[in-house]
Amino acid sequence: MAETEKPKDIIKASEIDPKFKYELLKMPGSEKILRCFQCGTCTSDCPVARFSDTYRPRTIIRMAQLGLRDRVLNSETLWLCAACFTCTDRCPQDVEVASVIRVLRNLAAEKGIVPAVFKEQANAILNSGYAYNIPELKIKKRETQGLPPLPRGNPESLRKTLKRIKLFDIVQKGSSPT
Amino acid sequence: MSNKYLIFLGCAIPYRVSSYEISARKVLDRLGIELVEMPEFNCCGLPLDPVSHDAMLVLAARNLALAEQQGLPILTLCPGCAGTFKKVNMLLKKDKALRDMINNHLKETRLEFNGTVDAKHLLQVLKEDVGVEKIKTAVVKPLTMLKVAEHVGCHLLRPKEYSGFDDPEDPQVLKMLIEATGATCLDYIGETECCGAPSVGVSDKVALQLAREKLSHVKKVAAQALVTICGFCHIMFDTNELRIERMFNETYGIPILHYTQLLGLALGIPAEELAFNELRVDPSKILKAVDEGTE
Repeated sequence: MAETEKPKDIIKASEIDPKFKYELLKMPGSEKILRCFQCGTCTSDCPVARFSDTYRPRTIIRMAQLGLRDRVLNSETLWLCAACFTCTDRCPQDVEVASVIRVLRNLAAEKGIVPAVFKEQANAILNSGYAYNIPELKIKKRETQGLPPLPRGNPESLRKTLKRIKLFDIVQKGSSPT
Repeated sequence: MSNKYLIFLGCAIPYRVSSYEISARKVLDRLGIELVEMPEFNCCGLPLDPVSHDAMLVLAARNLALAEQQGLPILTLCPGCAGTFKKVNMLLKKDKALRDMINNHLKETRLEFNGTVDAKHLLQVLKEDVGVEKIKTAVVKPLTMLKVAEHVGCHLLRPKEYSGFDDPEDPQVLKMLIEATGATCLDYIGETECCGAPSVGVSDKVALQLAREKLSHVKKVAAQALVTICGFCHIMFDTNELRIERMFNETYGIPILHYTQLLGLALGIPAEELAFNELRVDPSKILKAVDEGTE
């Protein structure tokens, strides 16, 4: 039996924000996005793309260049990048693909779109100085393992240092990508 | 060159991979590298980068500024932490406006980044500060009976602009250090591929398939163990190997060792002191081979 054909997801001109690329040109990490000529080296060398049906770094770059702001920032695939930096090292145009994806994630995060796992880590850092809530038992066990006490950091001073950075709102509210 | 470092543990290692820390401390002590504890250290900042690049910069700069106060370089066990410190050090040193912006945040707690200390990963310290020749001389129990494979992972090598270490397309340092123990290091397909760990929690399916692909390539060359130098990579393989075997109905049985455990054995440190008992994939075949090989 033939599969039901999915309706085509056609891009409408009204979705395009022509200013988006100029914003990206000013952000550290995506300054070189317009150099991309869509050769596809990033996607063909991407370990995640090999096993994902949806994650394609080249597509993300093109969507951003076109100004499809909402599509790209709401997209779940944005969060699949493993940050292995193979695309960055091999891009013939020196686009720093992984950094562009990081910039787009930051912009999505500002809109409150962050997967739970990233929010959990950020919250743990703000509360304990560590990206995980390391159980007290584990910290006490270090003594029997012959290890010195775990650095306790200073979460209070850490929060003070970060107080003027747009981070607290993001990790405390926010929704997950669709 | 230095033989005294502030040790930076990062988050994943004290949380889930103490075997790495235990064996690293033993080995570094044996090789004459002095480690100084730094109670004020926090997360390196990398986990915040996807959410806020500025927050990552501030956290990394904060740790570097603390190290500057001690006047000592940082040694990390985690390649992610080392990569973050190297990158932030370079970015802030070359961009005064950015440095001023970050220092403005650090001022809240009377800290200042000046770019006066470096950070190195353990492997870099072993290669550059201890040296392969000194390691070879220190080996008392050559592991000539072992054939293993290596997994350097991503962040010690890439992006090359910041790592400034080894050849990211054909890394040699870990191989050289493995061979310094007397063991043979086997080549396999996809040596520089990612372990999949960063995708855990976003898509476990993708993450496990990446780890599975790697294990299958390692199995094909009949390596007796896979040697890692990263806490995350180690968790990805050691913790998930049994799960992958069940999920795909395959058998691997490949022990995942920290390089520091392998080196520790060669230096004559008893296996009990190198936390082999904490590994999930049973390493007893390896230990037996080492024992019998030297009889």
